[in-house]
Amino acid sequence: MNDIIGLEHWTLARPELFLAVATSLLLLYGVLRGEASTAFISIATSVALIVTAILLFAPYREGTAFASLFVTDRLTTTMKALVLISSAVALLMSRAYFERAQVWRFEYPLIVALATLGMMLMISANDLMSLYVGLELQSLALYVIAAFQRDSVRSTEAGIKYFVLGSVASGMLLFGASLIYGFCGGTAFVQISQALLAGKAAEIGTTIGLVFVVAGLAFKVAAVPFHMWTPDVYEGAPTPVTAFFAVATKIAGVSLLVSVLMGPFKPMFPQWQQIIVAAAVLSMAWGAFAALRQQNIKRLMAYSSIANVGYVLLGVASGTEKGIQSVVFYLAIYMVMNLGTFAIILLMKRRDIMVENVSDLAGLGRSHPLLALAMMVFMFSLAGIPPLAGFWGKLYVFMAAVEARLFWPAVLGVLASVVASYYYLRIVKVMYFDEGTEAIDQPVFSMNRAVAFVSAVLVALFSLLPQPLSAIAAAAAKGLFP
Amino acid sequence: MASWPILSVVTFLPLVGALFCLVVQGPKEAVDRNCRSAALITSLVTFLVSLLLWVHFDPTKAGFQFEEKVAWIPALNIGYHMGIDGISLFFVLLSTLLTPICILASWEAVETRVKEYMVAFLVLETFMVGMFCALDLALFYVFFEGVLIPMFLIIGVWGGKRRVYAAFKFFLYTLLGSVLMLLAIIAIYWQAGTSDFPTVMEKLQLPFQWQFWLWLAFFASFAVKVPMWPVHTWLPDAHVEAPTAGSVILAGVLLKMGGYGFIRFSVTLFPEATQYFAPLVFGLSVIAVIYTSLVALVQEDMKKLIAYSSVAHMGFVTIGIYVMNMQGVQGSIFQMLSHGIVSAALFLCVGIVYDRMHTREIAAYGGLVHRMPRYAFVFMFFTLASVGLPGLSGFIGEFLVLIGTFKANTWVAFLAATGLILGAAYALWLYRKIIFGELTKDSLKAILDMNRREVAVFLPLVLIVLWMGIYPNSFLDPMAPAVDKLIGDYNAALKLARTAALP
Repeated sequence: MNDIIGLEHWTLARPELFLAVATSLLLLYGVLRGEASTAFISIATSVALIVTAILLFAPYREGTAFASLFVTDRLTTTMKALVLISSAVALLMSRAYFERAQVWRFEYPLIVALATLGMMLMISANDLMSLYVGLELQSLALYVIAAFQRDSVRSTEAGIKYFVLGSVASGMLLFGASLIYGFCGGTAFVQISQALLAGKAAEIGTTIGLVFVVAGLAFKVAAVPFHMWTPDVYEGAPTPVTAFFAVATKIAGVSLLVSVLMGPFKPMFPQWQQIIVAAAVLSMAWGAFAALRQQNIKRLMAYSSIANVGYVLLGVASGTEKGIQSVVFYLAIYMVMNLGTFAIILLMKRRDIMVENVSDLAGLGRSHPLLALAMMVFMFSLAGIPPLAGFWGKLYVFMAAVEARLFWPAVLGVLASVVASYYYLRIVKVMYFDEGTEAIDQPVFSMNRAVAFVSAVLVALFSLLPQPLSAIAAAAAKGLFP
Repeated sequence: MASWPILSVVTFLPLVGALFCLVVQGPKEAVDRNCRSAALITSLVTFLVSLLLWVHFDPTKAGFQFEEKVAWIPALNIGYHMGIDGISLFFVLLSTLLTPICILASWEAVETRVKEYMVAFLVLETFMVGMFCALDLALFYVFFEGVLIPMFLIIGVWGGKRRVYAAFKFFLYTLLGSVLMLLAIIAIYWQAGTSDFPTVMEKLQLPFQWQFWLWLAFFASFAVKVPMWPVHTWLPDAHVEAPTAGSVILAGVLLKMGGYGFIRFSVTLFPEATQYFAPLVFGLSVIAVIYTSLVALVQEDMKKLIAYSSVAHMGFVTIGIYVMNMQGVQGSIFQMLSHGIVSAALFLCVGIVYDRMHTREIAAYGGLVHRMPRYAFVFMFFTLASVGLPGLSGFIGEFLVLIGTFKANTWVAFLAATGLILGAAYALWLYRKIIFGELTKDSLKAILDMNRREVAVFLPLVLIVLWMGIYPNSFLDPMAPAVDKLIGDYNAALKLARTAALP
């Protein structure tokens, strides 16, 4: 504890430190070289993200560091790996879009890297202070890239909206944290946990604090009823940023929620379970119903992501080892499906102008058979139809829910998934059943095509080898249940 | 016994053909031709391999044969477990038989997106066969639900005018039923600790309270699939809009998935609930038999009429399953096989004239016998088989079901028997309207009789219907031990429950 500058601490946080230093150096380089360095910085940042992911496992370490502000274990490491992969892929997919919008600047990849760093810190947080610092580093970076397309009204509007509402959520989180601090006498997770076990769990102040903390975190993962920013921000933000929001921030937010609820607040399980179940059911239902009439595909994906968070929260609400396994399992599959879907959305341009209505996909089955096939795989997978990967994610979550005796939430969840399948099917219908008026542009070989096809193959053939992912999920969840 | 994984080969062989179709390149005509041939050859080879199952099948054994077991997700205790018994054997054969016939029947009828069409059919075959072979609940569900994807596309892409509506209705109806079954499967998995079906059968002892809810969840899925009144409304729409081959597979195999599910899972796993709910099933089935027969009488569309007749025939099947005696269950299975062939053939008959005239209106036809004698014969043959003429397959199934029902409940038997009369009424009425009478319509004057390809489609079906009608023992004998065991286990479980209930 006393030896804060001991080598021990630095080796544990090695990946984060590497990413921080790499980002700073690249920033320096960018400032010195100017706009000409954008291409290099973008590639270098992706490489840095991948290297960071490798550092997580080579060698793998676990323990707490920096006066137990920071913790790493199997769960945090797995979540960080997912975040890093999705950040790197989202970054690789963004070049073409920003070049066309003429805002391809070297700051973008660096801000993405900073956001990722924030996510890694909040995943590893072991104290309400470090949690907040990590969360804000992430959020501030996200506000900026939401508005990155400066000359677009929608993009700036998305940025402002996200900023204002996000600040309110941060305020709620801070308020809750101060109550917890007041009643428990400390901000470290260990202290909170001990205080709650010693009888503080029954006090009304801690309950109110818990509610505010959960509300703040629910906002970050866009769970109903704190989801209202999502459709607007997803629609307004530049599409690669939307992909980044939909995948990386979700994973980080859910991971944070898990480590807070299953860590310090575990003694209050009965209290928070009700909140999470309610949020899960509402998210699944609202995500299904509200998306039915959406015409804009990014908006549709926003509601889809709300529904998906509902399923993840159902796994969290189980509060069992299986529940946490299902969360990791679901998030990994969700990441692949969504990255693939957004890669295809990024290819939707007609006469070199991006289009983003569902109806613009009409006739894709004829004009771009392979792209349409990939998109169909993602849609059926998101709808949870076997043998595609999405089905296994849902199966896992519902298994956890049933075993935790959450029967009614599970029933409502499967019913909501039927409703949701309607809008996924609608996209398949538009691509295959409708005649297109004018095909979208023939995509050149690009990163996005590669991402789309690799993801589609992974999703389609997942049933052949589901074992590795379930083993990873099992190992990740074990840490929380010694 | 074969030493190679014959069931997996039968299940996944069609995918090889699908893969070939996917990668084949070239000018459109060549691609279409190659895909057609590849699909036909693959499905024929699959059929031949599946015949080996029958050859090597030991008809004296009640248990599962050709078993294959590989760990799939060991962490969750979910395995890849395949195997068939006398009940599933013929459903596998039915699926592998109808697929090449469908492909042959769509040879000229399907001209757009031939490649995708063939891929969809071959994938569909894999799911159908896999579903009948699966002995793991999770695996079963994967195949059961996977069927929806290719079928949705077949109806939606190659269907008629209201194909989008029909495809969505089909998909959402069946999905709604299936997801409830998924929860029930998870509940069973939770109680038994595994999804391996034979283990579950052995270990699972559920209190009645549980059986009650789980039976209902399974019922939600299978009743929609069968389909039972009042959740049958997706069927006429799907049938009418689907292309001919799609209707054939729908009527021939997909409806049987519901009946097969009842026998394999509902009855076996929830004996007390089965007994408790039998009157409900009888009630719904009797309504289905009488009501849908009456509805069939007033149809103006040939396919719709046959679709309603399917609902009525499947009503017999559900009655037979839930009387739970030897004749009833065997009759049900036989009726499903017979209906699988006969209704498939009737849809093909509609397809023959539809390909020529592009209408399914009954009123648009009449007097076809003057121009199409061969067609008139085939149509007559299958109409009579559907009505239940002794000597043809339909009779055996209906007769066995009625015997079994009579033993269990005279009134149900009486009411179900009225369905036979109504069935004869609408089927013969349809036949008279289309085939007999004067050939007055100008559009029909130049219509051509069946060509050689079409004869080749019907010939095997005619022979099988005759075989099933004249010597049903070929089919009844292999299934007897399995059905016997099913009923024995059922009665034993009920007895156990009764003794447990006594103080």
